[in-house]
Amino acid sequence: MSAAARIKTIVANLLFAAGLPVLILVAWNALAKKPDEAVGAEKFYPDPVTVGRAFADNWIGPAFAHEVLPSLYRLGIGIVVSIVAGVAAGTVIGLLPWLRELTEPVLEFFRAIPPPALIPIVMLLLGITDTMKIAVIVSGAVWPILLNTIDGVRATDSIMTETADAFRITRWQRLWYLVLPAASPRIMTGVRTGLSVALILMVISEMFASSSGLGYRIVYFQRNFLIAESWSGIVLLGLTGVLLAAIFGFAERRILRWYHGMLEVERG
Amino acid sequence: MSLRSVPLLRRARKPLLGAAGLLGFLAVWQLIPMLGLIDREYLPYPTDVAARLTQELVDLAFWRRLGLTMQAWAIGLTIASLAALALGAVIGLVPFLRRATHTTVEFLRPIPSVAIVPVAVIIQGISIEAALIITVYASFWQMFVQVLYGVADVDAVARDTARSFGLTMTERLTKLVLPTALPYVMTGLRLAASVALILAITAEMVIGNPGLGTLIMLSRSTPGDAAGLYAFVVVAGLLGVTINAVFRRIERRVLHWHQSIRGEEIL
Repeated sequence: MSAAARIKTIVANLLFAAGLPVLILVAWNALAKKPDEAVGAEKFYPDPVTVGRAFADNWIGPAFAHEVLPSLYRLGIGIVVSIVAGVAAGTVIGLLPWLRELTEPVLEFFRAIPPPALIPIVMLLLGITDTMKIAVIVSGAVWPILLNTIDGVRATDSIMTETADAFRITRWQRLWYLVLPAASPRIMTGVRTGLSVALILMVISEMFASSSGLGYRIVYFQRNFLIAESWSGIVLLGLTGVLLAAIFGFAERRILRWYHGMLEVERG
Repeated sequence: MSLRSVPLLRRARKPLLGAAGLLGFLAVWQLIPMLGLIDREYLPYPTDVAARLTQELVDLAFWRRLGLTMQAWAIGLTIASLAALALGAVIGLVPFLRRATHTTVEFLRPIPSVAIVPVAVIIQGISIEAALIITVYASFWQMFVQVLYGVADVDAVARDTARSFGLTMTERLTKLVLPTALPYVMTGLRLAASVALILAITAEMVIGNPGLGTLIMLSRSTPGDAAGLYAFVVVAGLLGVTINAVFRRIERRVLHWHQSIRGEEIL
């Protein structure tokens, strides 16, 4: 490809990536009234510059350390605990058919409970503490990871299992080199679902029971009719979601490189 | 053991073990407060919860609230899936739109729906409309992404064949794109249905429009009504299980011709 053609593709890619977001922002800016000239319902839709200013005033600076970081810290712990617990329990259950059949209805029931409905119960049991907020995150995020791990472990290729038997591979080696890699695509699917559940629960747990944190701030803005500030909360949570998705995407490409490669070969 | 009883036993094994698991779970639950590990005030006996549940089941007010929740769920799911179907099909079929919307979709999709609650409440007040905004928002993406993948997944050989046979646009849409996308659409619908339930109940809990979610919050703030709280959460779980089962069944029915379903039946 010539240099000119290469530059052309890069420009085209950039235009495709940034075009619509820029268009939306421009249209939004043109349609929304400035706060001082807005009347009635127009006040509910502040222009992007006002929202941007509210974002900078409320989330950047000391507020970031006080409100945002503790929330993200709890989110991180909750996610790690969910992954460890979900994968560990899922592997054990997936490897033992009788245990799977024994626990399946109970697990299906717990997965079907809308996760936020568990918050009042966790609050009742643990009181309003940091542990409770982490427990809330785990109580919702662990199920997709657990159930996907069970399915993944179950679906290990039988020829490979028999080969491992024939070679008398030890139990731990087998777990590490056969079962977990074989289940990893399903585990990652579960983790992706778990991540978005965890983010939602982080926000809601703080909405119900907190005097600080992201969720608390957002409810505070709502109760005090701080409109631009409420919109800035959406922006912040959107950015958090995008960041989380990016980290996950990076980890997934790392962990499942062999799997994506295999799929490509299969498709030709 | 006679030969004939073996397959019967094997067939009965799974439901029997499952029932045993449920009973075991209930027994452990009963034992924890009985042994005083957790105070009965915080973790009531399952029998308390069952008693409270039967008491609610004959109360018309309970059914009315449940109806409101299901109404919000049904409206939200309908709006979200129709919008996602239309937008997803158009954007998925036109490569230009697909490329142009990619970054926007990747930014909007991960926004947790609860983030929209404050703005929805400010705009719509404490109403079912505010609840619908977040229900539709959350379940829309489940369906939209599936439709997007589905319509783009048409087999290259089938597409070329259709072209060389000179199929018209409508024929291609109904005979090529629709059968390819249908399994994705059904998966999207099932996911959207359970997400819509989660958000319908969450909205009632956070916003306060009446329904099952407000019952949960009410019994939380009523001192000594832990049994009520547990009972309503159990109802929410049962609703989730039912919706899952119903949509799985619809999926099987609609896709009875598809490889993934036929493959299961042989086993």
